[in-house]
Amino acid sequence: MNRFDYVRAGTVEEAVQAVASGANARFIAGGTNLVDLMKYNVERPGRLVDITRLPLDRIEERDGALRIGALATNAAVAYDERVKDRYPVLSSAILAGATGQLRNAATTGGNLLQRTRCYYFYDEGTPCNKRLPGSGCGAIGGVNRIHAIFGTSDKCIATHPSDMCVALAALEATVRVTGPSGERTIPLAEFHRLPGDEPERDTTLSADEIVLSVDLPAEGFAGHYTYLKLRDRLSYAFALVSVAAVMELDGQTIKAARFALGGVAHKPWRNPEAEGLLLGKPATRETFAAAADRVVSEATPHSENGFKVELARRAIVRALEQAAAGTPQSQTDKRIA
Amino acid sequence: MLIESGSPIAADTKVEIGLTINGEARRLQVAPWTTLLDLLREQLDLTGTKKGCDHGQCGACTVLVNGTRVNSCLALAVMKDGAEITTVEGLAKLSGGNGLHPLQEAFVEHDAFQCGYCTPGQLCSAAGVLAEGHARTRDEIREAMSGNICRCGAYTNIVDAIEDVIQSGAQG
Ligand SMILES: Cc1cc2nc3c(=O)[nH]c(=O)nc-3n(C[C@H](O)[C@H](O)[C@H](O)COP(=O)(O)OP(=O)(O)OC[C@H]3O[C@@H](n4cnc5c(N)ncnc54)[C@H](O)[C@@H]3O)c2cc1C
Ligand code: SF4
Ligand code: FES
Ligand code: FES
Repeated sequence: MNRFDYVRAGTVEEAVQAVASGANARFIAGGTNLVDLMKYNVERPGRLVDITRLPLDRIEERDGALRIGALATNAAVAYDERVKDRYPVLSSAILAGATGQLRNAATTGGNLLQRTRCYYFYDEGTPCNKRLPGSGCGAIGGVNRIHAIFGTSDKCIATHPSDMCVALAALEATVRVTGPSGERTIPLAEFHRLPGDEPERDTTLSADEIVLSVDLPAEGFAGHYTYLKLRDRLSYAFALVSVAAVMELDGQTIKAARFALGGVAHKPWRNPEAEGLLLGKPATRETFAAAADRVVSEATPHSENGFKVELARRAIVRALEQAAAGTPQSQTDKRIA
Repeated sequence: MLIESGSPIAADTKVEIGLTINGEARRLQVAPWTTLLDLLREQLDLTGTKKGCDHGQCGACTVLVNGTRVNSCLALAVMKDGAEITTVEGLAKLSGGNGLHPLQEAFVEHDAFQCGYCTPGQLCSAAGVLAEGHARTRDEIREAMSGNICRCGAYTNIVDAIEDVIQSGAQG
């Protein structure tokens, strides 16, 4: 691990100031991603600003909705009674990720900002435009079984690995941040970005901005939801494809529906046109298949991840069926209902 | 050097932190990049806690921080200033009795290890699972313990042991 200055922030202002002073300074919260990457020399911050003593760990009611502090741990959020009752898709997605130990340490802000699990990104000895801009992309034409099939560029085909963010995308959460130029709110769909020509930038947050909270909207779709995660092992593995689906039904007619995919793009992947195909339609397999077909018609698979296209298509149909039937995927009993 | 909020501590400066480790309050000098795992093993000779992967992928380094299980390989010691740490060496004391912790008893009873390398992490993780209180069924125990890899494959007996302790109502 490289040597770094350490600053313990007592206030948000102190934290922002300490990071703004340059030296490739970074915030650190749970440390489960940053310390890992520092051990691989992928991240080499000159300064770490410890934000864990800031009063940002609360989960609070706000205008009939919930505000989740950036330092609320993944475990605290997943097991919060209000989240379980009103936003069960979020609880489910978090519990589908990582492990008990990691979720106890990992924070909401850190989860949003966790970096890709692309093997080349982790391996200093290989080219990677995200780690070292201009060095090339090892995954294009290389080992890319876990990589993206949507929204890729000729510079990078990495995925964002979070489960939590996929549920937040379906819920249309917003991210409240602050920095030297003041506070702003970023819709989740605009928080993560596509790689384009700047794969080194994962998000639209600037380096000196701190995440304060994730704000959930009032509607949590507690009646019809699911988080379906498909991976190489039944637990403790990142998604190859995951789907967070939420729905509101009027009898058997779909009144509202949204779904987001994980493991397939540089950000949680939504397709508004495909979601539009569900509105006003009967909640049947045919309806769901039409939406799924629309999504995968835009897929651009690479040499080893073509299987993800069919996997995604089927996962979307199954997730929408689970949501419509009110039988969400269990994260304990791994059988796919 | 003592930590003052907002003032940078220069790289290569050792900082003074306080930790209560297995019930004993200690003042320690640590370099900022020292992980909790390396502090325990290298500086304090508490080698019960194991280093498997050093990257959060195996659970061998699991300890309790303020009663909560975490991977000590991904925690910087300096950030845990003021915390109470329980390692496998302190587990028996945690249960209040003179003998072993009920989980340790159950691991022996159920033959829940072979080489033993993963066992300290399994025990601390299981103690965390008991405290969390979200796992009762075998499926739930298995899922809750999925962050602890056992290369010897003692999983079935590990689940038996934990299930036994949960059913007996013994507390962590
Ligand atoms: C073995 C393993 C398996 C995993 N499996 C999964 C999985 O299946 N699914 C999944 O979703 N995740 C998984 N994870 C990732 C885990 O969820 C993340 O590591 C975790 O959420 C990061 O949170 P943290 O608080 O530890 O972040 P840190 O490591 O502290 O920080 C991560 C990044 O976020 C920045 N940051 C943190 N907080 C803020 C803030 N408030 N404002 C601005 N920037 C901030 C830091 O500067 C850093 O760049 C896994 C991790 C490991 C090690
Ligand atoms: S896919 Fe992105 S992260 Fe992976 S090697 Fe290519 S540029 Fe790097
Ligand atoms: S050594 Fe910490 S998880 Fe493997
Ligand atoms: S007993 Fe050998 S690794 Fe678990």
